[in-house]
Amino acid sequence: MPRPGLYGSIVEAIGHTPLVELKSFSPRPDVHIFAKLEGHNPTGSVKDRIARSMIEAAEAAGELKPGMTILEPTSGNTGIALAMIGQVKGYPVRVVIPENVTEERTRLLQIFGAEMVYSPPDKGTNGSIAVAREMAAADPACYMPYQYANEANPRAHYESTAPEILDALPEVDVFVAGLGTGGTLMGTGRRLREHNPSVKIVAAEPYQGELVAGLRSLDDGFVPPVLNVEELDGKIMVTVEDSFTATQELARREGIFAGVSCGAVLHAAKRYGRRMERGNIVILLADGGWKYLSSELWTRGYEPSAEKKFWW
Amino acid sequence: MPVEVHVPPLLQKVTNGVKTLRASGSTVNQVLSDLNRQFPGFTSEISDDSGQLHRFVNLYVNDEDVRFLQRMETPVKDGDVVSILPAMAGG
Repeated sequence: MPRPGLYGSIVEAIGHTPLVELKSFSPRPDVHIFAKLEGHNPTGSVKDRIARSMIEAAEAAGELKPGMTILEPTSGNTGIALAMIGQVKGYPVRVVIPENVTEERTRLLQIFGAEMVYSPPDKGTNGSIAVAREMAAADPACYMPYQYANEANPRAHYESTAPEILDALPEVDVFVAGLGTGGTLMGTGRRLREHNPSVKIVAAEPYQGELVAGLRSLDDGFVPPVLNVEELDGKIMVTVEDSFTATQELARREGIFAGVSCGAVLHAAKRYGRRMERGNIVILLADGGWKYLSSELWTRGYEPSAEKKFWW
Repeated sequence: MPVEVHVPPLLQKVTNGVKTLRASGSTVNQVLSDLNRQFPGFTSEISDDSGQLHRFVNLYVNDEDVRFLQRMETPVKDGDVVSILPAMAGG
């Protein structure tokens, strides 16, 4: 048996993140909010979990072999996680990302040696998906994990995120996480529901109205195959301004330096919590604040120009 | 009763470029019917062939997805905000 706290590689050190009560955000005395701090993962986001799970599943299935390149559409975090694991395991990584992600994301991708292909800024991640699918179809030397339809994505949360939560806190009444691929909500939600059939699974969704002005037709819309909307109990849209405000509050009231989507998740949890008399709400904070420093959100706060950047 | 409706860029071709509209009705369905009177073709833009809300369209009342409220029968009142957005991915 390896010693606790000793890991054979950084990839093995993924997960095991803290669950921390946010006492100052408790909406009433018997309603408690606990945050799963996924920024504590090796590359600073929850996506380390799914990147490891998808790569190891593909290796086991013989779909990913030495010499192949990993190709993935991403708004950043999944690409950074794949690139890090690619370095450790020896796979080149190519990511397709919207041109308007924060500079820190492109820098981190460079640090981990990823090749970047930009997709049109006004089509969001939907645009990256379209470009990556074309590239993958044309190049058999590429393996595309495709987080949006890969069962190893929700499975990572079913097998690691949710058991960690339940180990720390067996009574979970509400779980709130951001909606990107749906993997976190589906995988964690299924495990939590097996444990407590009446748990409510709530999605926080970013408002991307200004950002995706390039979407001219509903044919450009996208619902990830991983996401089964029927398994959710609620979906709350959060504006960029509310996300910024809550992200600032996390730092100022609880000392938690988290990413912008984390503010959205907290905002949705507070809103949902107002309807509760008692119970425990677990929120998943997907990343740390480091990748958003250039936004000046902690110093200058929200400005309308923030609507043009990709935060999710 | 008047509600405010926010429409995404992809619908602004039928609203003559206007982003924020006023409409009346006591349910989401009635609001959409009113919009269709004001802007013929509005509802067909967000519906599928069977007349249901297109699966790539999300409709919100005060930022909550109506799929988790009472869908098209979700009640609205004076001052509520209805938002229409295309389904988007992240990650």
